[in-house]
Formats: sequence, C-alpha cells, structure tokens
Amino acid sequence: MRMLRTAMAGWLGVYAVVYVGFLYLPVLLLPIFSVNDSAVPVFPLKGLTTKWYDSLAGNDVMLSAAWNSLVVGCASAVLATVLGICAARAITRYRFTGQRPMSALIMAPLVLPEIIIAVSLLLVMLQLGLGLSLVTVVLGHVLICLPYAMTVLISGFEGFDNAYEEASLDLGETAFGTLRRVTLPMMAPAIISSLLVSFTISLDEFMVAFFLSGSDPTLPIYIWGQLRFASRLPAILALGTLMLAASLVLLTVAEILRRRAARRTDADGGLIA
Amino acid sequence: MPETPRSSGETMIDIANVTRRFGPITALDTVSAKIREGEFFSLLGPSGCGKTTLLRLLAGFDQPTEGTIAIGGQAMADIPANRRPTNMVFQSYAIFPHMNVAENVAYGLKRLRLGGGEEKRRVEEALGQVQLGHLGKRRANELSGGQRQRVALARALVMRPKVLLLDEPLSALDKKLREQMQVELRHLQKAVGITFILVTHDQYEALAMSDRIAVMFDGRIAQIAAPKDIYQRPVSRQVADFLGGMNFIAADIVGEDGSEVCLETVGFGRVTTERPPGFVVKGRSATLGIRPERLRVLWDDDTSEHEIAGTVVDRHYFGEITHLIVEIPGLQQPLSVIETNDFGADDIPVGSPIRLAYDPEALVAMGD
Ligand SMILES: Nc1ncnc2c1ncn2[C@@H]1O[C@H](COP(=O)(O)OP(=O)(O)OP(=O)(O)O)[C@@H](O)[C@H]1O
Ligand SMILES: [Mg+2]
Repeated sequence: MRMLRTAMAGWLGVYAVVYVGFLYLPVLLLPIFSVNDSAVPVFPLKGLTTKWYDSLAGNDVMLSAAWNSLVVGCASAVLATVLGICAARAITRYRFTGQRPMSALIMAPLVLPEIIIAVSLLLVMLQLGLGLSLVTVVLGHVLICLPYAMTVLISGFEGFDNAYEEASLDLGETAFGTLRRVTLPMMAPAIISSLLVSFTISLDEFMVAFFLSGSDPTLPIYIWGQLRFASRLPAILALGTLMLAASLVLLTVAEILRRRAARRTDADGGLIA
Repeated sequence: MPETPRSSGETMIDIANVTRRFGPITALDTVSAKIREGEFFSLLGPSGCGKTTLLRLLAGFDQPTEGTIAIGGQAMADIPANRRPTNMVFQSYAIFPHMNVAENVAYGLKRLRLGGGEEKRRVEEALGQVQLGHLGKRRANELSGGQRQRVALARALVMRPKVLLLDEPLSALDKKLREQMQVELRHLQKAVGITFILVTHDQYEALAMSDRIAVMFDGRIAQIAAPKDIYQRPVSRQVADFLGGMNFIAADIVGEDGSEVCLETVGFGRVTTERPPGFVVKGRSATLGIRPERLRVLWDDDTSEHEIAGTVVDRHYFGEITHLIVEIPGLQQPLSVIETNDFGADDIPVGSPIRLAYDPEALVAMGD
C-alpha cells in the first residue's frame, strides 16, 4: 500500500513538471527569440540584439494599433467596472426575485465560446445598423470583461458591512457624500483591481475585436495580420513579449489589491461575527 | 440608580403606537413610550424582541408601519437619518477602516465646515471624553475592542446630538472591560447630559446603568419603570423572570380596594399588597412573588413576625452565597433562598428543617 502510494507520488511529481513545462515553455520561447539576432526563430540562438524592439518604435501602423488597444482597453475597463459595481452591489446587498438566474446570466460569457459571442454580436450590430468601429469593440469587450469584473467586485463588496453607510448617514452625510467618502474609498482596492483585470482582458482579446473592429485594428489583430510575413516575425515576438510583460504586471497588481481589499474588510468586519 | 435623575422631566422622545411589520413578522406591536430629556433609558429584552428595530426607527434607518415618533417635539416622519438630532453607536462600531481615529471622529464635523480650529478642538475634546486623547493618529485596524467602542462613542458625541442611541455597545467586550465601560458610560452620560438610549439583553447592565428601563417581549413593552421598581415590583411573571430569579406562589384574590389587593396563599397566608399598575384581574387567581434574596434563614431561637417553615431539599454553593431549595408544606413548588455564607448557610444539611423570615413588603402581586 505504502509502496503504491510512494510510486504514485513520484509519478504525480513527474506529471506536474511535464504539465507546467508544456504550459509555460512555449511562452518562454517568446522572449528568448525576441532578443535573438536572427530573422527565423530556430535554435541554435545566434546572438543578443535589441533591434527587433527598436524596429517597433518606428512602426506607425503598430503604434496606431497599440493606441487603439489602449483606448478600447480603458473604455472597456471603466464601463465594465461601473456596471460591475452596480451589479455586485445589488447582488451582495439586496435579495430580489430572479437574483440567482440574473447573476448566472451575467457570468455566462465566461463559459460561452468566444466565437459564438463574437458572431452574435456582429449580427446584432449589423441589425442595429451600427457601423463597425472601436465603439462596437468596446461594447463587445464590456460583455466579456463584466464577469471578471464582477468576480473581483463581489469579493470586495461581500465583506462590506451596511453599518458603514448607515454610520455615515447617521453622522449627517448625504447619500452621495456617503458614496464618495465611505463606499468608494473602502472599495478602492477592489475597484482598481477590477479596472486592471478588465483592461488586461481587453488588451489581449482577439476574437470579438476581429469581428467587430472594422478598419481600426487593435494590437492582437495587427499581430495576426503580420504573421503572414515571415520576415516580420521577430518584431512580432518582441511585441508579444511586451504585451505578456504588461499583462503579467497588471494582473499581479490586481491580485495584490484584491487580496488587500478582502483582508481589509475582514479585519474590520470580522469582529462583528 | 440615582435618587434624583438628572433628567429635567421634559419629554425628549415621544413614541406613540408604533408598529413595524416585516411581511408576516410583527417586530414591534403598538409600542408607546415617552423618554425624558437627559435620561439614561434602556431597552431590555430577549433576543428578537424588537429592540434594534425600535432603535433603527428612532435613528431614521427605517420607518414605522404605523404610529408616530417625535424627537424634541418635532415629528420625525419626513426627516431622514442624516437630519435627525440623534447619533448612534453601532453594535459593530462601524469604525471607518480607511481613516485614522481623529478622522473618524471628525467625519460628521467636516460637513459643518467649522472655522478657526473649532473642528480640531471639538475632536480633541471628544477624544478626551472617552480617554483616547493620545490615539488620534492610530488606524482603525490597530485598535482593541474597547478602543473601537470609545472611538464610536466619540464620533457620535462630537456631533452633540440630542439623543445618543447605543445598540448593545458592550456585548463584544469581555466581562471585566464591560463592567468598567458600564461605569464609564454612566459617568459620561451624566457629564454630557444627553439623553442616552441603550439597547441590551443583559439585565444587570440595564439595572446598573439606567434611570428607567423598558422591558420588551415579542415586540411589546411589558413595563417601563426605574430599575429598583422594575426589579422589586415587576408587573408580570415574564418581567420578573427576565430580571433574575423569583419564587412564584399561586394565590387567590380575596379582596380588592383601589390601590391594594388582598391575596390568599398557602404558606404566606393572607397578604395585602400594592396593586401593580396594569394589574388585570382575570378570574380569581393571581401570582405572588418573592425574590430569593428576600427570604432569610432564621437560626436557632431567632424569631420573626413573618416566618415560614419547611425542609431543605437541596443546596448549591456559589462561593460568597449559598442557594437553598426549601420545600414548604402545601406549596406546589419549593422556594429558592439565597443566603450569604457569613453564618454557615453552606453547612445546613440537606433534609434538615428550616425556618425562613420575610418582609411582607417584599411580596409582590402579579397578574398571571
Ligand atoms: N429587515 C428585516 N426583515 C425581516 N425581519 C426583520 C428585519 N429586521 C428585524 N426583523 C425581525 O424582527 C424581529 C425583531 O428583530 P430585532 O433585530 O429588533 O431584535 P432584537 O431585539 O434587536 O434582538 P437581538 O437581541 O438578537 O439583537 C425579529 O424576529 C427579526 O427577525
Ligand atoms: Mg438587536
């Protein structure tokens, strides 16, 4: 019995290593080849260079796509977070009929295939006569980001005791003043975290942007377009590395803030229980 | 508690026939009370009897289904929480975690835009009143339970409300700190002279601190009276039971005369006693009550004008006191007697005969 268990544990270890390697090795290739002094990404490596990164700086098409991504990302993040705050608050604070189906529906885009969402959104936009533009991309991205924003915000609002808002009213503050001076500051870490997560998702999102962006490409679409030209691959690897780094930083900060938010409400609300 | 309450006698809060229903639940059922200016008033009752509901109606977080509330002579129906002359100390304290102690206390003052350092002066004064003068810079999550409670108090007091509402403010504290805070709270109330309304389910807390107590059961007020009156002259078995132990003796009503009733009992014989307010005669039966500590053991040849004889059937030792259970011939239930241990009550053998003395003044008639 014990031998079996030891053997199992050994194999589990191997499995874990293989699994993690399979998951992350390809991602590691990206930065490695992005500084490789060769037009084709094959081993052995030739030498260290930053020329692929330098070439990005002068690439106006890429820069305009990056600008588009930034705009879409910011707009989607703000919209998804504002909507998320309202929904998360309603769900954590009130009990209303249809609450469970409602929150399930808001969460659904998490598991729906993106291409289905993208195609159906395209149909709706065309039916509505909306020209495809960055605006339609933002609408699509809000839909995709909302479940993530909600998850972060609900965990922030859950520990939030009603008594804080009542205390503020009791001390003479108005409803709006209470929002400004108590609710939002206390929720700040969760809100910032939601903004960062939404921004990151929008930045990396391809499918919806591809269907809805019309003539203004975002970064992932630009990258996809460039893949046809073998000679531009190293520059794309450099760009990909930058996006990867940005996503990692943003998500890490978001997670730190989310944990801080949870701890804060714990530390002060926990006493009541 | 004090013989001369500081209250000026003017009505500060007038609660008239207030009912609050939550769907099928009636949390408050036609509650009426007049609370005086400068009074320390407690709402006492078991869990779920509607204390918090009543306090929230006063604070303006909730509206009565029926009935009216007036504070300082002004009807409160259309006045929202942020414009009422009340401030609340929450059970959870609700200290804002993103502010330090001084910022918490100054929270309500910020809106008043006081000039010339007045805000700072008032914050310091309030912190001084609760003995937290040195902790202004501390953050909320660096405070102990007792300190949080003081911050919550200071934050409310600094607004100089007409009425301070306290919802079980001491229940989160350990026993020693709770007793210390009871004394402090009482001193503070005397010093500031504001009407305090304290919600509690701890009868000793209510008895020790209040000018008057309202005892509530199931959304109704059963009795409003000063601590001594409510303890010694409870109007019903329920009130008597809630405020410590009481011996209940079945009695027949044999006579009534305005302010007095005459009861016939086995054991205590015929007793004429004060007719309690709200005493409703239903049929001929009533209950006679006496607190266990008002029965005194008679030693050796001691005699008393009023005595009753029986047998000790059980004995419980509690350190400074002993609890004797004494069976009296003819009584359905044995009497509990609490006797101090100075004369050896802890050595009385179970099964021995015993004589008890009582003061007829200590007998109280209650409706069933
Ligand atoms: N918002 C509400 N919705 C529905 N029922 C409520 C609500 N608030 C209070 N109740 C009910 O009203 C009754 C009185 O509640 P309340 O909180 O006033 O009791 P309490 O005396 O403060 O009890 P405790 O000592 O446990 O705090 C309870 O039965 C409670 O379930
Ligand atoms: Mg309560």
